[in-house]
Amino acid sequence: MLNPITLSIIVLGGLGLLAGSGLAYASKKLVSKIDPKVEAILEILPGANCGACGFAGCSGFAKALIEERAQANGCIPGGEGVANQVASILGVEVEVREKRIAKILCYHRGASQTQFDYRGLESCRAAALLFGGNKACLYSCLGLGDCILACPFGAITLIKGKIEINEERCTGCGKCVSICPKGVIALVPEEKGVHVLCNSKDKGAIVRKICKEGCIGCGICVKVCPEKAITLKDNLAHIDYGKCTECGACVEKCPTHAIEMVNG
Amino acid sequence: MKIRSFRGGVHPPEEKITSQKPIQELPLLKKVVIPLSQHTGAPAEPAVKVGDRVKTGQKIGEAQGPISSNIHASISGKVVDISDHPHPLGPPSLAITIESDGRDEHHPSIKHNNDYFRLHPNEIREIVREAGIVGLGGAAFPTHVKLSPPEDKWIDTVILNGCECEPYLTCDHRLMIEKTYEIIQGLKIIAKTLEVTSCYIGIERNKRDAIRAMREEIRNEANMEVVALKTKYPQGSEKQLIKAILNREVPSGGLPLDVGVVVQNVGTALAISEAVKKGSPLIERVVTVTGKGIKNPANLRVRIGTLFQDVIDYCGGFRGRPGKMIMGGPLMGFAQYTTSIPVIKGTTGILVLPEEETEEIREKSCIRCSRCVDVCPVDISPNLIAKYASKDRFDWAREYGALDCMECGICAYVCPAKIPLVQLIKYAKAQLPTKIS
Repeated sequence: MLNPITLSIIVLGGLGLLAGSGLAYASKKLVSKIDPKVEAILEILPGANCGACGFAGCSGFAKALIEERAQANGCIPGGEGVANQVASILGVEVEVREKRIAKILCYHRGASQTQFDYRGLESCRAAALLFGGNKACLYSCLGLGDCILACPFGAITLIKGKIEINEERCTGCGKCVSICPKGVIALVPEEKGVHVLCNSKDKGAIVRKICKEGCIGCGICVKVCPEKAITLKDNLAHIDYGKCTECGACVEKCPTHAIEMVNG
Repeated sequence: MKIRSFRGGVHPPEEKITSQKPIQELPLLKKVVIPLSQHTGAPAEPAVKVGDRVKTGQKIGEAQGPISSNIHASISGKVVDISDHPHPLGPPSLAITIESDGRDEHHPSIKHNNDYFRLHPNEIREIVREAGIVGLGGAAFPTHVKLSPPEDKWIDTVILNGCECEPYLTCDHRLMIEKTYEIIQGLKIIAKTLEVTSCYIGIERNKRDAIRAMREEIRNEANMEVVALKTKYPQGSEKQLIKAILNREVPSGGLPLDVGVVVQNVGTALAISEAVKKGSPLIERVVTVTGKGIKNPANLRVRIGTLFQDVIDYCGGFRGRPGKMIMGGPLMGFAQYTTSIPVIKGTTGILVLPEEETEEIREKSCIRCSRCVDVCPVDISPNLIAKYASKDRFDWAREYGALDCMECGICAYVCPAKIPLVQLIKYAKAQLPTKIS
């Protein structure tokens, strides 16, 4: 009879060998093949899983790229750099997209005039269910910060009661745009600096009563624009960024200063 | 005998201070503002133009689609404006403003029908639809839809809802005492339209005079019964009422139709009777103006479109500084921010609480006491749904039955941590259709 020590060594050692060889076999024969390209692309992608590409997270996008269901420039937060690298892995040509960033189309960005006290959930989407929000302007930013929580890149913050978007951090993924119940956030081309900071579709007389800086739909900007880049729709001026040359004529003439120029 | 009721619920202080005050008529006013969306479903389209002269009872808004309701002028006069006006239930919406000519002339379409008992059910449905009648208990669901069940549904019972379980409100209570005959006539018309034989009238036990009056009225009716129910909120909710009276349970996501029942408010029965017998459309309703913030609380018969300010002025104005003004009862009503909103078809009451009765509520953490679960009449877990809603997990909120919630508000009422549970659940419900297709 073997002594207990030797016996246990033999038994445990045997079991270990058996399990080990089983695992070794499985790792060789049963392995699911991951395309090395998928892994390489995943390395490059930002990893925010924001969903701006329209696929389920970064890995979903990487798979879609290999299966040619997505474009190489599909990753919006990644921008030009990621698009070029992805294209080089896939061996395709890439068309560079114009980078866009989020912009709150409201001069007050959450600090506009209120018409009643709102006591309840600190959420724009919840507040908007009650009379469309507590702001005097129905189209105004509510300032309770659903976009702050929605931003995967920490680009949106609340500073002194106003919502601020950090343009360097913003990747233009559009999460904030889709969560905003007021539709007051828009994606605008990064290099353009002239924007209409108002979302109000109310008539001028109503806007004048409740907001000093709102667009009253007077149409002066439409007349002064040398490029005919501005149109008036629903009492609100719209800039066609393709035509705008940032000459600043509209910014100067706007009676309520609803048009803003960033660089100038 | 065991008092019939349902599981869960609470009994908050009743505060029915106007229950012994007879209904008064609000004198004719100079101006009414009639919103085109006063009901569940699509808003009506204006059928008049600015400058038109209208008569009392004339149709000024045309129903759009199957679930919608006609709107009628509640006074005679001139249409002075058709534009957005503050609405008690949401953002400003399209409303027709009529300035009175002081004559209150009735439109020629309003005429008595002495032969009403010979009408065919379809003719009654048409009259109810044309008269713009909606559920007057608060939800304002178009009544003609409820009276036209799909052919595969077998309806065997009609229940008249006279519970009025919300604290403060007494308009239905007064109607049951003062308009007993007309309400029973309305019930007979409903029963005839739906071809049912079994009718119940559910009334909470705290309204003994109303129960007595109703029992007296139906003493010769073999197929009608007045059921005295336990005084408990929300006894007046359709599904809870059916459970209490018939012990039938409406399935989750289902309608009373699914268990063969149609429930109508007593006020709606009265409106049906008025429309069928007198040809008069829904242009007025009884509103309870109440609360410690009102000088002379009263039950008033008010024309639709009367501004809250005019109603409150008639009741002597505010007592002290108003802290909160609510359209409806304290539990299911909607807080208002201005008195320039009009009375609509679903306005059961105007409740004004003085400043000292309202306090700012500070939310604390959930202590897992499960009181909200214990009182919930639809057997869901408000605490979990609220938690998921606050974390944007609306799919899980739905999984836990958020869509079964009828927003009765007692979970938030009993919550010791003062968590705004109903707001969170309403919020989750509002996010669901867009979030998950």
